[in-house]
Amino acid sequence: MRVMAQMAMVMNLDKCIGCHTCTVTCKQVWTNRVGTEYVYFNNVETKPGIGYPKRYEDQEQWRGGWTLDRKGRLQLKSGSRLRRLLSIFYNPDLPSIDDYGEPWTYNYQHVIEAPLGTPNPSAHSISALTGKDVTVGWGSNWEDDLAGAPERAHLDPNLRDLQERVRMEFEQVFMFYLPRICEHCLNPSCVASCPSGAMYKRAEDGIVLVDQDKCRGWRFCVSGCPYKKVYFNHRTGKAEKCTLCFPRIEAGQPTICAETCVGRLRYLGLILYDADRVLAAAATRDVKDLYEAQLSVFLDPEDPEVQAEAARQGIPADWIEGARRSPTYALAVKHRVALPLHPEYRTLPMVWYIPPLSPVADVVHAAGYDPADPDAVFAAIDAMRIPMEYLANLFTAGDTGVIRRVLRTLAVMRALMRADQLGLPFDDGVISELGTSRTDLMDLYRLLAIAKYDERYVIPAAHAEDAGRLASQHEQLFCSLDGEGGPGMGGLGPHGIRAFRPARRPDEVAESETFRDTDGRLRVNLLAWKGNRDVPLFPSPSNEE
Amino acid sequence: MSNATSSQILLWVGLPYLALGIFVVGHIWRWRYDQFGWTSRSTQLQERRLLKWGSPIFHYGTFAAIMGHVIGILIPERWTAAIGIPEHVYRWFSATAGTVAAVLILAGVVVLAGRRLFIARVRSTTDAVDYFALVLLLLIILTGIIPTVFVNLLGGGYDYRLTVAPWFRGLFSGNPDVTTIASAPIVYQVHAAASWVIWAVWPFTRLVHAWSYPLWYLWRPYIVYRSRKTAPPIEPGTAGRRWRRIGAGY
Ligand code: HEM
Ligand code: SF4
Ligand code: SF4
Ligand code: SF4
Repeated sequence: MRVMAQMAMVMNLDKCIGCHTCTVTCKQVWTNRVGTEYVYFNNVETKPGIGYPKRYEDQEQWRGGWTLDRKGRLQLKSGSRLRRLLSIFYNPDLPSIDDYGEPWTYNYQHVIEAPLGTPNPSAHSISALTGKDVTVGWGSNWEDDLAGAPERAHLDPNLRDLQERVRMEFEQVFMFYLPRICEHCLNPSCVASCPSGAMYKRAEDGIVLVDQDKCRGWRFCVSGCPYKKVYFNHRTGKAEKCTLCFPRIEAGQPTICAETCVGRLRYLGLILYDADRVLAAAATRDVKDLYEAQLSVFLDPEDPEVQAEAARQGIPADWIEGARRSPTYALAVKHRVALPLHPEYRTLPMVWYIPPLSPVADVVHAAGYDPADPDAVFAAIDAMRIPMEYLANLFTAGDTGVIRRVLRTLAVMRALMRADQLGLPFDDGVISELGTSRTDLMDLYRLLAIAKYDERYVIPAAHAEDAGRLASQHEQLFCSLDGEGGPGMGGLGPHGIRAFRPARRPDEVAESETFRDTDGRLRVNLLAWKGNRDVPLFPSPSNEE
Repeated sequence: MSNATSSQILLWVGLPYLALGIFVVGHIWRWRYDQFGWTSRSTQLQERRLLKWGSPIFHYGTFAAIMGHVIGILIPERWTAAIGIPEHVYRWFSATAGTVAAVLILAGVVVLAGRRLFIARVRSTTDAVDYFALVLLLLIILTGIIPTVFVNLLGGGYDYRLTVAPWFRGLFSGNPDVTTIASAPIVYQVHAAASWVIWAVWPFTRLVHAWSYPLWYLWRPYIVYRSRKTAPPIEPGTAGRRWRRIGAGY
């Protein structure tokens, strides 16, 4: 037994309102730079839909993740190591920028400088790649709220076996949002695909990172990840990916996307697992057994034997304590309501999802029944083949039995709480049928409905005595993110892009607290104003002359 | 060397040694201070249809040409003669193999240069040094192909192994024979001079990616773990082992 700790995330899909706040805050922090305009470490997809990049879930097309060879051994879907080395000059499985959506911006200056007149000036969209006019045709949230679904949704790879029925029953449309970040997999195919060995999984917390100094831009990680969560920075020529906000995690803080989530639907916590069993679990023959196989890799933090072994192998006591309090372990293992996304890719992903009950509840409601009545909801769960099979294709490699069990658990929890709070009678038979108990359901309710910040995020900080060494593992004298084009720098655009950036006025010096506007008036530079009284925030009228 | 002019010595002795010096010092400098910039700067994301043909053809053609140079320039004529390969057989072989390589490399570089110049998405990622390297490569390739195809394959032939090659090898044995290269046809001279220039600019361009061919990927464990318990930071430029099997001792 080799005990390792993994920082894992769980998202409760019922609560996601598709507001994209997570996307925007992550973008502002990590990919707000030239070269990564098209990159969203966090993106929110409407399902059904083909996703970002287009149809990324179809591994027959993109060949990401792992598969089993004829002898049942684990092999990268894109073939042998030699095949990658031979196709290094052109990677046949790499998506193009059009699959992500060509990034664009606007020439706002054009609007500002337009002469007075009757027609309203408009800013045409400009390609962020070339600086030339483009017609925008695709983007990471092009399909928001089923936009364009009648034409395109049937191309969603998760609908592959149920197309016929979907076309027939499209009046019964269902939809939900799927926020996606890197899965920080236990068996990451991105790491295995990287010929340079620049990608690595941190042994302490399982975060998967790209060493910017070692990456040589061979771009196999991008195609190797079945979730397409490694991106190619076209300015620096290096791969970048979601970092699980490791500087925050090391400080005991939740990731940006979790911290700012409006629905408060994200949970972060440690899961202990046995690294020796990862390979065997990933090589499980039947894809439908992969969910159970992954669960079997996890270790019970309450087990004294596991605790002793973890301590012996150098996992600090507060980390073991953190694993015991972990909300992600509780949701995934104890209550078994969280499920991995696409376990059939065999990467053993570690961002899990509580499947949404809302598509079912909506139908029950529309049919005039009480969505809190477990009988009505159970009947609907059984009757609603399509959402059920769709969710199964997303989370259990097609096993609807698991989805049914999870949704029933959620439905019973709601009914129980309703009965409890309104003083209604409740038949405990449905509870025992699910193999759970009243206290467990109460516990689950607490976790899903009222858990506060420090219960949703149980993140033991990295050990201070290790901090120097932690920084040093990046093997560099300075932070490479500070290099040209790095997130620390804002990066210089290629001339094509710089060309359409409004030029800085020559008299607008960043340190100066004031600048003279084009109309000759003295104005305050809000970014540099230091509260100096001689430079009043509101210039006096005499100043205006 | 007695009847070489000083400008000849500057060109055929000074330039090579200067280029070699810049090549070595430049690489050491770049390796130590610019790991972040050490990449092929792939443009496949922006354009893939032309790259699909241009890049593999160009690279495999280049490797063939490099092999040809190793054989033709570094191996003296008497070695091949000693193992019983007569000069005309050798020349016929080098002309056909060279022509195949030439066609590949030329087709490849035309496609690559074309997409750099005419595909806006690719052009906007191109720096001045990229153009410079590409123009040099084009010059080297053209001046390399003209003698291969028109002189050795179709024409009467010219034994560069008696003029160019001895001078080249002489550079490394410390006794370059300037007069032989100075008397070679002008295409050979341009080819040789431009080649030295490209060695000098090599460390400052994307061409450094060629030294990073990740052959060791074939033996590495698939999943790389790093731990904060690994040794003190490895100095940039030292070749420390950068992975270890989980559980292996430190
Ligand atoms: C040793 C192994 C080499 C490997 C693995 C390699 C790989 C690559 C890769 C992956 C690219 C990027 C293609 C893309 O845009 O996606 C590239 C571009 C390039 N390589 Fe190499 N290369 C090697 C050797 C060389 C050599 C020896 C030369 C020249 C003498 C060379 C010249 C170039 C040039 C000029 C480009 C830019 C092409 C363009 O304009 O887009 N490479 N190489
Ligand atoms: S989801 Fe993340 S860890 Fe998993 S393969 Fe993709 S990039 Fe790697
Ligand atoms: S964990 Fe951090 S880097 Fe990753 S998606 Fe969330 S905010 Fe972005
Ligand atoms: S911020 Fe939260 S609620 Fe909003 S889209 Fe992201 S995950 Fe959903």
